[in-house]
Amino acid sequence: MSEKFDVIVVGAGPAGTSCAFNCAKNGLKTLLIERGEYPGSKNVMGGVLYRKQMEDIIPEFWKEAPLERPVVEQRFWMMDKESVVQFGYKGLEWAEEPYNNFTVLRAQFDQWFAKKAVDQGALLINETVVTECIVENGKVVGVRTDRPDGEVFADVVVLADGVNSLLSKQLGFHREFRPDEVALTVMEVINLPKEKINDRFNLEGNHGTTIEIFGDSTQGNLGTAFLYTNKESLNIGVGTTLSSMIKAKLKPYELLDYLKKHPMVRPYLEGGESAEYLAHLIPEGGFHSVPRVAGNGVLVVGDAAQLVNAIHREGSNMAMASGQMAAEAIVEAQKDGDFSERSLNRYKEALFGSFIIKDLEKYKDAAHTFETYPQYFKEYLPMMNKAMSKFFTVDGTSKREKQKEIMRSVTAEKGSFKVMQDIYRAWKAVK
Amino acid sequence: MQEENQGVWVFIEVNDGKIEGVSLELLGAGRRLADKLKVPLSGVMLGEGVLPLANDVIYAGADQVYVVDHPVLKDYRTESFMKGVCILAEKYKPEIFLYGATPNGKDLASAVATDLSTGLTADTTMLDVDAEKRLLEASRPAFGGNIMATILCKQHRPQMATVRPKVMKAIEPDRDRKGIIIEEELELKEEDMRTKVLQIVKDVTKKASLAEAHVIVAGGKGMGDIQGFQLIHELAEVIGASVGGTRDVVEAGWLKHEQQVGQTGETVTPKIYFAIGISGAIQHVEGMKNSELIIAINKDPNAPIFDVATYGIVGDALEIVPKLIKQFQELSIEKGGEMSYV
Amino acid sequence: MHIVVCVKQVPDTKIIKINPKTNTLDRRSAPAILNPYDAHAVQEAVKIREKTGGTISVLSMGPPQAVAVIKKSVEIGADQGYLISDRAFAGADTLATSYALAKALEKISRQQPIDLVLCGKHAIDGDTGQVGPGIARRLDIPPITNVIEVSEVNKEDKKVLLKRKQIDGYEVLQSQLPCLLTVEKEINAIEYAPMPNMIKAARYEPVIWSVNDLADVDKTQLGLKGSPTIVGKMFSPPKLEGGKRLEGNPDSQVEQLMEILLERKDLLKVNTANS
Repeated sequence: MSEKFDVIVVGAGPAGTSCAFNCAKNGLKTLLIERGEYPGSKNVMGGVLYRKQMEDIIPEFWKEAPLERPVVEQRFWMMDKESVVQFGYKGLEWAEEPYNNFTVLRAQFDQWFAKKAVDQGALLINETVVTECIVENGKVVGVRTDRPDGEVFADVVVLADGVNSLLSKQLGFHREFRPDEVALTVMEVINLPKEKINDRFNLEGNHGTTIEIFGDSTQGNLGTAFLYTNKESLNIGVGTTLSSMIKAKLKPYELLDYLKKHPMVRPYLEGGESAEYLAHLIPEGGFHSVPRVAGNGVLVVGDAAQLVNAIHREGSNMAMASGQMAAEAIVEAQKDGDFSERSLNRYKEALFGSFIIKDLEKYKDAAHTFETYPQYFKEYLPMMNKAMSKFFTVDGTSKREKQKEIMRSVTAEKGSFKVMQDIYRAWKAVK
Repeated sequence: MQEENQGVWVFIEVNDGKIEGVSLELLGAGRRLADKLKVPLSGVMLGEGVLPLANDVIYAGADQVYVVDHPVLKDYRTESFMKGVCILAEKYKPEIFLYGATPNGKDLASAVATDLSTGLTADTTMLDVDAEKRLLEASRPAFGGNIMATILCKQHRPQMATVRPKVMKAIEPDRDRKGIIIEEELELKEEDMRTKVLQIVKDVTKKASLAEAHVIVAGGKGMGDIQGFQLIHELAEVIGASVGGTRDVVEAGWLKHEQQVGQTGETVTPKIYFAIGISGAIQHVEGMKNSELIIAINKDPNAPIFDVATYGIVGDALEIVPKLIKQFQELSIEKGGEMSYV
Repeated sequence: MHIVVCVKQVPDTKIIKINPKTNTLDRRSAPAILNPYDAHAVQEAVKIREKTGGTISVLSMGPPQAVAVIKKSVEIGADQGYLISDRAFAGADTLATSYALAKALEKISRQQPIDLVLCGKHAIDGDTGQVGPGIARRLDIPPITNVIEVSEVNKEDKKVLLKRKQIDGYEVLQSQLPCLLTVEKEINAIEYAPMPNMIKAARYEPVIWSVNDLADVDKTQLGLKGSPTIVGKMFSPPKLEGGKRLEGNPDSQVEQLMEILLERKDLLKVNTANS
C-alpha cells in the first residue's frame, strides 16, 4: 500500500535540494522530505551563496533567484578591543555577470531552490520528520516518518538531514561529535534601510559587502564572526566551537551581544531593528570528521557528511556539489539496477576526486591548530593591532625605527623562537 | 440614489427580554452622527414581545423606533431577521446603518449587506461622519492590529458598519425624551424558515469571566514563557482578579481564546487593568483602553502600552510581579482581612 | 454527500510587520499560510465525511500562489480543489468576494450538487467574517455562523444538527441541507495528516479557473469595481499622553503602586477584620 519511489531525499537544504533537483531532472521518481514548515525555515548560514556550484545546477540562476546583493567587496578584520586591522578587496567586475558570489536570505532562497526541484518533478513534503531508515537485510529500503501511515520506500535514501544527522548515526556511519568538531553559530538579521546600508558600507545600488571578523569578535576563542549586507538588512553572526564555548563558560547569545556592542561593529548596526535570531550547529571538524558516505541503498550529503571548509566558511557550495554528485551516482546505479554500497561508492569516488575533499584535506589541521594553540587568536591579533597603531601614529619616530620597536616588543613578549614556531605552524595549517 | 437615503439607523439587539449594551452604546454614537448630519436617529428592533422595550430605545437617544413584533422572530435566525431588516431598509432608506459586532449583529449585517448590495465595515472602533459629503468614516484596526484604517462607502447606501461593544459611550437614559414608535407588520411564516432554534444554553461561567470582571490581570509575551506566565495567574489569584492576555499569548497556547483581550478577543472595561509584559499593539489596546485604571509593567520604556497606562513601571515583570504578589499576600495576612472590589 | 470548503491564503499575522514610515505591510518576513479557521473547516469536513462518505472539494480565490492552500487542504484530507484566479477578481472587498465565490460554487454544483458549504469564522488578515454569510445569501441557502459543533448530519432527511456559539453560551440549531456553516477554532483539533495525504497533496494540481471559465458573470460586480468599500486612509491611532511613571528601584516602584491602589478606595476596598 505504501508508495515506492526511486529516491527519497531527507532534508531540503542546499545539499538535499540539489540532489532532488538532479534526480528529478534525470527522470527519477523523487520524494524530498523537509521537517521545517517550508525549506529554509530551519536553516542557518552566514548568508553567502557562491556562484559556481549553483550555476552548475541552474545556469544564470541570478536572473530569477531571490538574491540579496552581489558581493563586490570582501573585507577581513583582525579585531582587538578598541582597534581593527583590516584588509580586503573590492572590484566592480564582481558587480557584473557572471558575478562571484551573493548574499542571500536562506528562508527565501531555499524555498525558491526547492520550488525549482519541484518544477523538475520532485515531490516536496514539508513538516514531516523522518524518524528512522527502514533497513531490511542490511540494506536501506525506505524511511519511517512521524506521520500516521508514515512508511515510504525507495531504491536509494539520501541523508541530507544536517550536521547532527541522526539518521547516519542510527546507521552507525557516524559517531557522536566531539565538542571541538562542531561550531555553534548564532546569527541575527537586523533590518536597516537601504540608504543607510549603502552609506555605512560605502556601496552603490545593489552592491554588497561581506566582512569576516577574527579576534576579539569571539572574545579570543576559536571561531569567526561575520557581517554581511542584504538589500535592507544585515546578517551578523558569530560562531565558535562548542568546546571553546564550554571551556570559556560562554553562552551563544552573550557572544553575539558582545559583538554587536563592540565599538568597531556598533556603528554599522546603529538604529537597526532585530528581525530574526537563529542558532545552529555547523560542522567544523573538516577532513578528519567526514563519516562513511555510502552504504547499501543509502548516501550521505552536505552538512550531514561534515562537508564544510571551516577556514573559508564554505558550506553551501560543497553541499550543493555533493548533492549533485550523489544524484549522478544514483542515476548510474539506476541504469545498472544495482543499489549496493559498491555501486553507490561512485559517489564517494567523485567526492574524493573533487575540490571538496581536496580542500578539506588541505585544511585538515587548521582548525585543530588554532584550537590547540589559542595564542593565534588571543595574542597575535592584539599584537598586530598594537603594531599597526604604533606604525601609523605620527610621533616623530622614523618608520625604520618603528619597525624595529615593533619587532622588539613582539619577541620580548613571546621570545623570538616561539614566534617563529607559531608562524611556521600556522603557515603549515593553511598553506 | 444617494439623496433618497436619509437618517441614521441602529439595529437594536434584544436577548432575554433585554436590550444589549452595545445597542445602547450605538444609540449614543448614532445620536452624535445624526446631529452632525441633521437627520433623525432611528432604532430597529425585531423580536417577539419586544414592543415594551421601544421606549427605552427613545430614552437612549433615538427619535423613532421601528418595531417588528412577530412570533417567528422569537429567537434570532439569519433568515427571518435579515428578511425583516431588508424590507424596512428598502422601504425607509436609511443612509447609515449600525450594528453591534456581536455574533448575531455581525451575522445579520453580513447577510443584509449582500441583499442590499452595499458596503459593510466590520468591527469598527471609531465612528465619524463627513457632514458635507454625507460619508460615514468607520475606522478599525487592520492587518493584525498595528494600524488603523478608515473605510468609506462612497456610492452605495446605506453605509453599514458593525461596531465593537464597549468602545462607544451610551447616553444617560432620559425618561422625558419623546419619540415616535412605528410598528411594522410583516408576512413571516414559520414553515418558510429552513433553520430552527431547538435550545438555548446559557453558560454562566463564561459570562462571569472577562467582560464582567472588576479587576483583570493581563499578561503578554514579555512574561517569557508559560512558566513565567504563571506569575500572572498567581497575582490574579491573590487579588481575586480575572486573567486575560494578548493575541500572541493565546496563539502560543498559554491561555484559552476566551481570555484574549483585544480587537479579535474581548473588549473589557474593568476598574483596574494590569497590563504586564504587554507591549501595547493597537490590536490589544483597542480592547482595554477604556478601563478605569490601567497599570502597565514593561521592560521597554518606549512600549506603546505606557501611552494608555494611568501608571507605568519600567522594569522586569519577572522581578516586579513577585514583589507585588508578596505585598498583597502580606496585606491580607497581616491585617487578617480580605479584599473586595466596589 | 458533497461538501465544499471555502479557504483563503493569508499572511501569517503573528509575524507580519508594518513599516512605520510608509504604513504599508512588510511582507518580506510573513509567510503565506492557510487561514487557521479554514483549516478547522476542512478538518470538520473530513470528520463529517468519515460518517457520511462523499467528496470534499475546496475552493479558493487568489493569485496563482494560492494553490498552496488548496494543497494544504488536500493534506488535511480534501479530495479535490478549485482556485479562481484572475486580475478581474483583484481588489475585491467582502461583497465582491462573495459574488465571485458564489459564481464558482454554482459552477461546481453543476458538476456535482453541493450539500454543505463550510467556511472559517473569519480570515485573520481581515477579521470581518462577512464573506461566509454573503455567499449563503447569494446561493440562497441558510447561513449559520460561529458553529462550535456539528452534532449530526442526516443526508436522507437533508438535515443537520449544530451548536452555535453565543455571547453567553450556545444554541442548538437544526438546519436544512444545503446550508453554509462558518466554524470556530474550538470545533475540532487539526489532526496530524497521514503520509499518503502528504504525498497526494504534493502531487495534486488544483483546477484553476479564470473569470471566463465562470458562467453568467456580471463583471461590474467583481474586484475593485464591484467593491462598495474603499480604504480611505491608514493612520496610527492618536497617541495618548500616558500617565505617571513610577521611578526608582523595583522595591520602591512596587511600594508606590501599592500606595496608589490602597488610596483609590473607589476602585479597591481592603476590608480588614479589625475595622
